[in-house]
Amino acid sequence: MVGIVLVSHAPKIAEGTLELIKQMTGEKVLIEIAAGTSDNRLGTDPVLIGEKIKKADTGDGVVVIVDLGSSIMSTELAIESLEEPARSRAAIADAPFIEGAVAAAMEASFGKGLQDVKNAAENTRGMKKIA
Amino acid sequence: MTMDAAGLVKIIEAVAEKIGENREFLTELDSAIGDADHGINMSKGFSAVVEKLHSQKIDDCGAILKTVGMTLVSTVGGASGPLYGTAFMKAGQAMVGKSSLDFEDFVTILDQALEGIKYRGKAQRGEKTIIDSLEPAVEILKNEKTSTDKKSVMERALNASRDGMEYTKNIIAKKGRASYLGERSLGHQDPGATSCYLMLEAAIEKIKDMCKSA
Repeated sequence: MVGIVLVSHAPKIAEGTLELIKQMTGEKVLIEIAAGTSDNRLGTDPVLIGEKIKKADTGDGVVVIVDLGSSIMSTELAIESLEEPARSRAAIADAPFIEGAVAAAMEASFGKGLQDVKNAAENTRGMKKIA
Repeated sequence: MTMDAAGLVKIIEAVAEKIGENREFLTELDSAIGDADHGINMSKGFSAVVEKLHSQKIDDCGAILKTVGMTLVSTVGGASGPLYGTAFMKAGQAMVGKSSLDFEDFVTILDQALEGIKYRGKAQRGEKTIIDSLEPAVEILKNEKTSTDKKSVMERALNASRDGMEYTKNIIAKKGRASYLGERSLGHQDPGATSCYLMLEAAIEKIKDMCKSA
């Protein structure tokens, strides 16, 4: 099953999002959090992100959901630093954080592959909230 | 102008000291248009760098620069971590195997740093970033690296960097947290362009110092 890593500046954002997801998918999907710095500031840590990607990868790859700014650069750096084959089966979804995370987790819970899970997250970009 | 690994470490220490002295100033700039942590992040990162460099003696200039980069990546926390981290790692890559550096190496280091920052940040000049103060300096250094008056070249490069930094007041942020402010980012000097200028200033001052006493 595709794993998911939530990368946020704030641990509370990632933890809250994980809680929301678990209401829907239970413990089915392997979801890791890489949020905040090692000394508990708001921020992102490429080393931690890399470790969490490895942890979430059971062989089917990992989709990383990112919040603002440095989370993207930190994740790109983390992925570049991974060894193969983990490196080419880790992908960043260009998606809103909460909606993207929920959609990715649902898709992963159905046993879909890496590209489908990434697409599911990215398809939330144009979603209308008010009809 | 040549320096050994110990000289390179001295330059990095001078950079770290300058960042430490300007911690509040950088954070103040960042609180106007960003997330108010640039000074804190950078001084955390460079304190860790100095500590790391003091804990082990490295003779290879490339390895020193790579160590600086990796330490920044793992300790900074903000966008400046991956950006400056990549800059130092890319510069380090180009200096592997060198136990001493000359002026052309110094130019290559800054050129590679610029490449690294552009690669990581996908930004270009005029978007209110580090690049606005780094690229003007690199251009002068590259164009005049064979000049016999190195001191004058470095001074002109530094002036161009300062002009680039000040120019960021007149442009709208296109990258990072400040981009959410759009036009309201006008009038504010970019924290990243400022930290980059300060680092360059510290490095060039130190190099001139070392040349004097040599």
